[in-house]
Amino acid sequence: MAIRSFTRPILYALLIALSCFYLMPVYVMIITSLKPLEEVTLSQMWQLPTSLDFSSYSEAFTKLAPNLLNSFYLVIPATLLSALLGSLNGYVLSKWKFKGANTLFTIILFGMFIPYQSILIPLIQFLREIGLYNSIAGLVFVHVVYGIPITTLMFRNFYASIPDSMIESAKIDGAGFIGVYRFIMVPLSITGFVVVAIWQFTNIWNEFLFAVTITTSDQQPVMVALQNLSGSQIVQWNVQMAGALLAALPTLLVYIFLGKFFVKGLLAGSVKG
Amino acid sequence: METETTMRSVTVTTRKKRSLTKDHMLAIGFLIPSILLVGVFVYGFIGWTGYVSLSNWNSLVPDFSFVGLKNYLYLFGDFRFQADLRNTLFFTIMFILAVIVVGQILAILLDQKIQQESLFRNIFFFPMALSFVVTGVVWQWLLNPSTGVNLFLAKLGLDSKWYTDTTIFPAIGWGKIEFGIPIAMIAVVIAAVWQMTGFSVAMYLAGLRGVPEEVREAARMDGANEFQVYWKIIMPILRPITVSVIIIMAHISLKIFDLIYAMTGPGANFVTDVPGVYMYETTFRGNYYANGAAIAVVMLLAVAIFIIPYLWSSRKGEA
Amino acid sequence: MKGRLKSFTGWFLIFVLALGPLSACSSSNETSGGSSNEETLDIFSWWTGAGEEDGLNALIDLFKEEYPDIEVENAAVAGGAGTNAKAVLASRMQGDDPPATFQVHGGSELNDGWVAAGKMETLNDLYEAEGWEDKFPEDLIDLVSKDGDIYSVPVNIHRGNVLWYNTSVFEENGVEPPKTFDEFFTAADQLQEAGVTPLALGDKEPWTATHLFETALLGTLGADNYKKLFTGELSFSDPKVKEAVENFKKMLSYVNEDHSSRNWQDASQLVADGEAAMNVMGDWAKGYFVNDLNLKVKEDFGWMATPGTEGMFMVITDTFGLPKGVSNPEDVKKFLSVLGSVEGQDAFNPLKGSIPARVDADLSNYDEYGKETIEDFKSASLAPSLAHGSAAPEGFVTKVNQAINIFVTQQDVDQLISSLEDASSDLK
Repeated sequence: MAIRSFTRPILYALLIALSCFYLMPVYVMIITSLKPLEEVTLSQMWQLPTSLDFSSYSEAFTKLAPNLLNSFYLVIPATLLSALLGSLNGYVLSKWKFKGANTLFTIILFGMFIPYQSILIPLIQFLREIGLYNSIAGLVFVHVVYGIPITTLMFRNFYASIPDSMIESAKIDGAGFIGVYRFIMVPLSITGFVVVAIWQFTNIWNEFLFAVTITTSDQQPVMVALQNLSGSQIVQWNVQMAGALLAALPTLLVYIFLGKFFVKGLLAGSVKG
Repeated sequence: METETTMRSVTVTTRKKRSLTKDHMLAIGFLIPSILLVGVFVYGFIGWTGYVSLSNWNSLVPDFSFVGLKNYLYLFGDFRFQADLRNTLFFTIMFILAVIVVGQILAILLDQKIQQESLFRNIFFFPMALSFVVTGVVWQWLLNPSTGVNLFLAKLGLDSKWYTDTTIFPAIGWGKIEFGIPIAMIAVVIAAVWQMTGFSVAMYLAGLRGVPEEVREAARMDGANEFQVYWKIIMPILRPITVSVIIIMAHISLKIFDLIYAMTGPGANFVTDVPGVYMYETTFRGNYYANGAAIAVVMLLAVAIFIIPYLWSSRKGEA
Repeated sequence: MKGRLKSFTGWFLIFVLALGPLSACSSSNETSGGSSNEETLDIFSWWTGAGEEDGLNALIDLFKEEYPDIEVENAAVAGGAGTNAKAVLASRMQGDDPPATFQVHGGSELNDGWVAAGKMETLNDLYEAEGWEDKFPEDLIDLVSKDGDIYSVPVNIHRGNVLWYNTSVFEENGVEPPKTFDEFFTAADQLQEAGVTPLALGDKEPWTATHLFETALLGTLGADNYKKLFTGELSFSDPKVKEAVENFKKMLSYVNEDHSSRNWQDASQLVADGEAAMNVMGDWAKGYFVNDLNLKVKEDFGWMATPGTEGMFMVITDTFGLPKGVSNPEDVKKFLSVLGSVEGQDAFNPLKGSIPARVDADLSNYDEYGKETIEDFKSASLAPSLAHGSAAPEGFVTKVNQAINIFVTQQDVDQLISSLEDASSDLK
């Protein structure tokens, strides 16, 4: 279905206007990142740089590069593990309901709302006890744990849209808990995995509080290194913006390449939320 | 190999009943790690926080002596905390409403079989890829009343003090503060909506794509116009999506910290302060560990008010 | 079904294997983490930005030259002007896993914080061995001492009570740099009539308003009475304090309208651009003017002590101490001795943009501002900064920040004074 053709120009005008609004901050980031430092002031924020200066990018890149790898070591396993855990939980809680399953889901979901600032101290002490403090593994662990509620929610909603009759017939064919998961749920939820993976990838990539408090120097992911570019008193915004754009590239690529699946995945899953 | 065979024969012979219970056990077994992790790291730590909030630990030296509700009484009599509660309430309402409305509008626009759909879609998704810490600063510049978008708006005769506005509307005296919508929060809402609508756009777009064309056609045959089709047919179908969007956005908005910390800080007269910022500052700057823990507990209780009706209704729907 | 089960076992194995390396690297990390506490010297700070990081690295390099056998790790934690670092430090100290040495502001943050908590070793013997008693100003040593024992080594000094002004704006309007509050207000009126914002303020981060307030307190009360406020000898209900609050309030009437949307850097830009004539900020602002905005000392901008504070020095000093329970205290002391040496201070401070804490540093390393400030530092009476945690415990400071933030908008003098009085119960 489409709005009739004579309204099309209005439609495009609207979309372009909205896109301009969405790109406005990006425009400011890009021009700021290309300016020499003395031009980075509030009064000149809209002005194009007098000459293109890529030194911010090279400076940001040299400082961020070592930490970029840390971020991948962190984000990839954390995303995979939390997607796997979430899908198992979602599967059990939507298709193998037992007495109290909904209550249990409620209890798990509630964990999403815990303010992380308040639990830093016991968390850091716990990680030190088990020897995971100041390690990427520790950070992976934390993100997997605190990712359980939201991944469970997403997968549970996703699986709710898979008709129970499919499961029943598979059971009659002799498939058990594992068989149903492996041969019905997983293949049907590839797009669901994409949605959850994109969500977790972005959030873990951009997460700062855990990263800065759980890791030091060599172990730090890129978002902390990005903050490290600024000082305790003086911030060089051109380098900061260049760094921010560089650090956003992996997530951006994820969106560009998986954006289609993102919508498809949501389409397959959340309609029956 | 051997166990597999026996397992198989068990499944086959006892068919329905045994396999069900066995599989149920297995299902619950798979849940156990998550339950344990959530139990320790969420509820264990909430318990710890609750315990600290009742203690006297308001200096660098841990002091777990019990002081009852002293920290809570202090908070509720505190100008800043009262302001925080008000700000969170209005921020959450405005933010969630805006994400739903803007998300639906953008999704409808994108669903018109337009050219370059993926380009536009990526433009609306892009902000999600950025860190709040950075976008906060950019929005701080953009909405700076003397150098930001006001330079353009002024030409249209519009002007706003954005996040520097200390007006509360309508200012109803309540405790130590004035109750009402903090106008400065609107600026923060704009930034947060800009960053997070991508998610709701994707959700609604998926929802729209899932509505069969016949349903719309049928409505049109009955003489409904486009607007009525959306309002009467599509909106109800999208309702479950809206519920998911509300939950996910609520968990972002109630805990919001990075964006506000980077963009406005607590704001003049605490018009843009939120509990997350207050908790962080009072705990790690002021060393008021017990007060900080009490803020966390109040935040959690506030969340419970939000989420329990949802879970209750979703249970009703599924039972 | 058999195949299915098998492949599921495969899946399950993948899951277990995925968790396996986690626990494996956890144990390996534990050992490396443990050993790092045994041998390497982790220096904990929040110095990650341009200049300060260079200064710290120069210091570390100097140390490595002298002690090549000792492993050093720069364990700086970024962000939040030290708040993140404090969160990490607090949890490490409470977990009895202190860093080898850490950055702490001299004064209350050290003395009422970690020393009072019983977490610090005394450094009297180090001062004696190095002969430092007369190398640092006496007032400064007092700032890092409690009950006669010394607990940390100052590495730098920043001055808080500096009024920066745009020289050409002053010249064009025929304004002389004001020394007293009266002169300041006259000058401000004159500038305002000429259409220039007299005073730039950027209190997006509330400490900047507290910073302005503390200079008003110091200028109105004088250094001795100012210090008495925090020892309880002078009450905040004293009429002098009220006078200071009134001065502060009057200063606020001259600030830029968008003050709450700016941080101190953005406010300094107003002065640099000539849109505003003056601002009050610590002397890290000089580093911003010179290094970032390419302005010239004395040509483009000038400075003087804030109104009423001539001959006084609001001091902010970063110091490093020795926590209890570190495994290598002797190595830490070696680092502290480098940090407190003339070479160490002259390696660090020119890069950081601060002045040395020692009185006998080599003047040729510093620019015009630095040289003058070093001279002032020797003769001025020192006052610890409130906004930067030297005058009073952090708890009190956060409450003052809150009260000031409310005051900037509501301008209710009596309310501010009663909030200060309420908060002063935290001073004991």
